[in-house]
Amino acid sequence: MNDIHRMTPPLISAEAISRSYLKGQHKVPVLRGAGLSAHRGEFVSVIGQSGSGKSTLLHVMGLLDSPDVGEVRLEGNRIDNLSAAARDQLRNHVFGFIFQFYHLLPELSLLENVMAPLMIRHSIIDFWRKRKATRDAALEMLEQVGLSHRVHHRPSELSGGEMQRGAIARALIGKPEILLADEPTGNLDAETGRDIMELLNRLNQEQQLTIVMVTHDEAIAAQAHRTVRLQQGQIQRVLHEEAA
Amino acid sequence: MYKLLLCLRYLRTRYIALACIVSVMLGVATMIVVNSVMAGFSTEMRDRLHNFLADIVIESRGTAGIPNVDEQLRRVQECAGQYIAAMTPSIEVPGMVTFTDPYSRESYTLPIEIHGIDPEGKAAVGPLKDYLDSYNAIVEDGVVVRPALRSSDVPLGWELTPQGQEHYELVQERKRMFLDEASQSGAFPPVMDRTTESIPDDPVFDSVDATESGDTLDAPGDPGTVLTDATGDKDAAAEQSPEMMFEDYKLPVGSTASEPARIYIGEGLVSFFVKNQQTGRQQKVMMVEPGDDVIVSTITAQTPPEVTKFQATVVDSFHSGMSEIDSRIVLMNIKALQQNRGMHLDDAITSIHIRLKDYADAEKALAALEQAFPPGQVTIRTWEEKQGLLLSAVEVETAILNVLLFLIIAVAGFGILAIFYMIVVEKTRDIGILKSLGASSSGVMSIFLSYGLALGVVGSSAGVMLGLLFVHYINEIEDLLSWLTGRKVFDEKIYYFFEIPTSISPWMVISVALGAIAIAVLASILPARRAAALHPVRALRFE
Repeated sequence: MNDIHRMTPPLISAEAISRSYLKGQHKVPVLRGAGLSAHRGEFVSVIGQSGSGKSTLLHVMGLLDSPDVGEVRLEGNRIDNLSAAARDQLRNHVFGFIFQFYHLLPELSLLENVMAPLMIRHSIIDFWRKRKATRDAALEMLEQVGLSHRVHHRPSELSGGEMQRGAIARALIGKPEILLADEPTGNLDAETGRDIMELLNRLNQEQQLTIVMVTHDEAIAAQAHRTVRLQQGQIQRVLHEEAA
Repeated sequence: MYKLLLCLRYLRTRYIALACIVSVMLGVATMIVVNSVMAGFSTEMRDRLHNFLADIVIESRGTAGIPNVDEQLRRVQECAGQYIAAMTPSIEVPGMVTFTDPYSRESYTLPIEIHGIDPEGKAAVGPLKDYLDSYNAIVEDGVVVRPALRSSDVPLGWELTPQGQEHYELVQERKRMFLDEASQSGAFPPVMDRTTESIPDDPVFDSVDATESGDTLDAPGDPGTVLTDATGDKDAAAEQSPEMMFEDYKLPVGSTASEPARIYIGEGLVSFFVKNQQTGRQQKVMMVEPGDDVIVSTITAQTPPEVTKFQATVVDSFHSGMSEIDSRIVLMNIKALQQNRGMHLDDAITSIHIRLKDYADAEKALAALEQAFPPGQVTIRTWEEKQGLLLSAVEVETAILNVLLFLIIAVAGFGILAIFYMIVVEKTRDIGILKSLGASSSGVMSIFLSYGLALGVVGSSAGVMLGLLFVHYINEIEDLLSWLTGRKVFDEKIYYFFEIPTSISPWMVISVALGAIAIAVLASILPARRAAALHPVRALRFE
């Protein structure tokens, strides 16, 4: 598999990314030339202390943020300098996000939350035409994550684990190529966290889903194919690489 | 799709948005109510003015008038006949009326405008029968206190009703009795030199109103004595022998007036309101009744004009609903007025009232008439031009009121602005989530714009409904308010309306509602732009 990786460009790659934020008058550098790439079907984890810039790296890769210096490439094509509309499209079609705090929309039911990416993708008329298919897809997705019994509940009526599974379902409904997970277990107890990791692993194995996960937990990170450590805005070393 | 869904969800779950809806609703409702009432008042007022004035009025410049009424009418008919439905000549001159209040025995002299008319002609250009009291029942606070004395198919004229005739004879009888008594007892003191010298053939008449009905009048010798008290009047009357007075009564201004003067008097001139202690109702008290005689003073047609006065019998009183008309105008038989003013020699009149077949042709008719009449002799105006000041005052008032009320809705708009800003701040994280799911900035913006639109639509429709309901039940609401506060909110005595007149124009309702919606959308632009400009990462980190 490594051979294949060397021959084809990685699915997603972030190269020499620098990003700094203004904090009051001061410019605080967060990323200083960090780079990361993931091949199709790979499960990469990024580990680092809080403030090391790992979330920022993930946001830059997912086009939620743009780098000061450096490039983001999707299958070898630069995508970070695209127009806002094109980047919105990519976020909707190519990337799926899950967050530490789940970030479900509180006004919508679980089912509606899961359907949200498709609502955004299609115009009202298109959505109305495909509403049955969309609904079925969302229900199926919820079944996959084991939430068929909670379809019409509001996020506030769900437990943390359920919300995170719902968020995963939402991230996957649009059939993304890359799942970007920002501390998916950070807010869950150990057992629920384990469930979530099992789910991610299963998705990775069964559907060859590319996953880039950020965490501060070594044990969680170790479940990925490959782990990189981010320290002070730079990739320090590759911790382990699963023999392919 | 998500825009619509979220917008509807926000509408249902954000109770603070109710404040926006309520403020828009109240603004819209207020505007609709005020506009409807104002429009009602002004339409009613226009109708009443219009009815009294006919469509087009041709007026002579001077009070001497234009001679030869038949020729003038023919000229009008020739040039603009195709537009004209009816026309009637009339004489309009300033004057004074003098009468005595039978209760206080005080003598009143009031400035009036005398309109010499032919009743049938006047009725052809406007609804005269609707105004005359003998043709209409008298209603007080919704209770009929006197049925109509004449049915509407009785032709108009200068005849007294049987009741009026009875009253007239009673009055005449009392006068005679008083005069007989006075001449027998020799109660008349020697002639005082201050009156009759100036105008020798003064129509001096003193009424005898010592009895309980006491509805006759004083006819003081000259304007000076009018202002004096009753004893002064008696003194003045006593200057002449009773027989002379009768002569004067029969022929008030010399031999020229062969036609007895008959008048319809404006109700506002001779009536006042008192509260009946027993029934608690407002009651109209007439100081002059049909059958009474009054003194009318005016000016003759010659140059310079001279003062002339004559006795006139009140045949009826009228009530047009416009206090400007009812407390200023006295309608009189045109022949008698001509004779008393010396206009009968050349059959002169001062104005012609014209009713058009279609008021839309007013401009064409005006142009045709202006061609026919040389400029400088007459003024030709539509009733609107004649009443221009009053009408434009109402229009200006409505416009100013509308501006002020729209400011109220604008205030509601600022409320929406503030509340929306708050909602955007509250929803910051959700905005970040939507952007991470691929929502565009314009999409996020349109959520809040459509939210504003939805608030505007809901608030406006609620306001329209509330406003229309309020207008529909305005008289019931007025009753309730009157009952609650213990005093009349809408006093028909002041406004001359028994109910609050309203008129709802659909165009007005639509424009008010659209205006309110536009303001709601405008107010949501700023918060929506702010929401659109939020950086997704910062929005996601927002706690």
